[in-house]
Amino acid sequence: MEIKALGGCCSRSTQNYLNIVEAAKQMGINEEVEQVSNTNEIMKYGVMSTPGMVIDGKAVSSGRLLSVEDAKALIKRFQV
Amino acid sequence: MVSKLGEFILKQILGMQWLNDLVGDLIQFIFGQTFLESQFGNALQFFFFDFIKIGILLCVLIFLISYIQSYFPPERTKKILSRYHGIGANTLGALMGTITPFCSCSSIPLFIGFTRAGLTSGVTFSFLISSPLVDLGAFVLLTSIFGFKVALAYVIVGLVLAVIGGTIIEKTGWGKQIEPFVLEGENVDMDSIKLSQKERFAYAKDQMIFTYKKVVLYILIGVLIGSVIHNAIPQSFIESLLGSQNIFSVLFAVIAGAPMYADIFGAIPVAEALYIKQAGLGTILAFMMAVTTLSIPSMIMLRKVVKPKLLIAFASIVVIGIIIIGYVFNIIEYLFI
Repeated sequence: MEIKALGGCCSRSTQNYLNIVEAAKQMGINEEVEQVSNTNEIMKYGVMSTPGMVIDGKAVSSGRLLSVEDAKALIKRFQV
Repeated sequence: MVSKLGEFILKQILGMQWLNDLVGDLIQFIFGQTFLESQFGNALQFFFFDFIKIGILLCVLIFLISYIQSYFPPERTKKILSRYHGIGANTLGALMGTITPFCSCSSIPLFIGFTRAGLTSGVTFSFLISSPLVDLGAFVLLTSIFGFKVALAYVIVGLVLAVIGGTIIEKTGWGKQIEPFVLEGENVDMDSIKLSQKERFAYAKDQMIFTYKKVVLYILIGVLIGSVIHNAIPQSFIESLLGSQNIFSVLFAVIAGAPMYADIFGAIPVAEALYIKQAGLGTILAFMMAVTTLSIPSMIMLRKVVKPKLLIAFASIVVIGIIIIGYVFNIIEYLFI
């Protein structure tokens, strides 16, 4: 499972990234969570407001700072 | 009965007269009656009252607004707007600008997203003008200070400015002056994400705390300036400089306000103090519009996506529009007060 945290411009995006990393760890995902901060890259997922989250190339959250629990729920929901 | 209720809401709930009395009583209790009636005591009361009042209003408002906004993320706004054309689209753009969450940090992806989705420059700029200028927060705060009629008039002229400004930018062709990279990319529509009520409330709470932390400094500065105006600057001075009789008052207000970066919540206490000291209504509204819509940081941001010519056109249209609004309000002031 490939997970990305979108956003790098503010403290919220960094917190979002850290929460997703923690969530992935708790869910036993070994692959590294990538932080994407380039606007053009972010927009390729159709996301216009950060922080956001991408799972396997699909945007699953935008404009919300996810808690560890939120991120875990999303990982569970989009796990195949 | 209805008018009594309206008055109660205006004075006690929005105006928080009870809080003013409470702060006054506390100062009197600690420092005595003479101190309370002194100039410094007065300023202190204004400072604490305003700082607490705006803080409370801000938290309640941001929470409510964010809850509503959770239904209109920019990705959805983009999809809705791309279905409309012409002046109707500009109007809708201006209206959507009032409910879509916006901060200067998000204006760039927003601009790129809108443009790539094929929205006209008119719609995009109508949105960009109305978004910082008009929102529910501004409306409620203005109601609490100037009353319902003024607040409604502010919202309407703000929207009209957004629609006309966007239209001019589109029809003159200035709107084509954007940096090429903006168009070098596909439009990607994100699948909408359904949020639960719990998630929406969590989002609203998060936004509330984040916004309060972000603007508390501006409120503090605004209230400080407000207290100084309120208590240290003579009314005759404010009246002669910013009263509606002075034909340059609106110009002063706009030139002073435009480069400043402040949230509407920071501009309110200054506006309130100026209003008490008999500055012209149009002058005050023009000042608030200039402070919230234009600022040097937001211009620097926007410069990343638009060429200098369009940037100058955008700033000029907004400035001229605000100046006209200011003068008109100063002339028709008697209708409101």
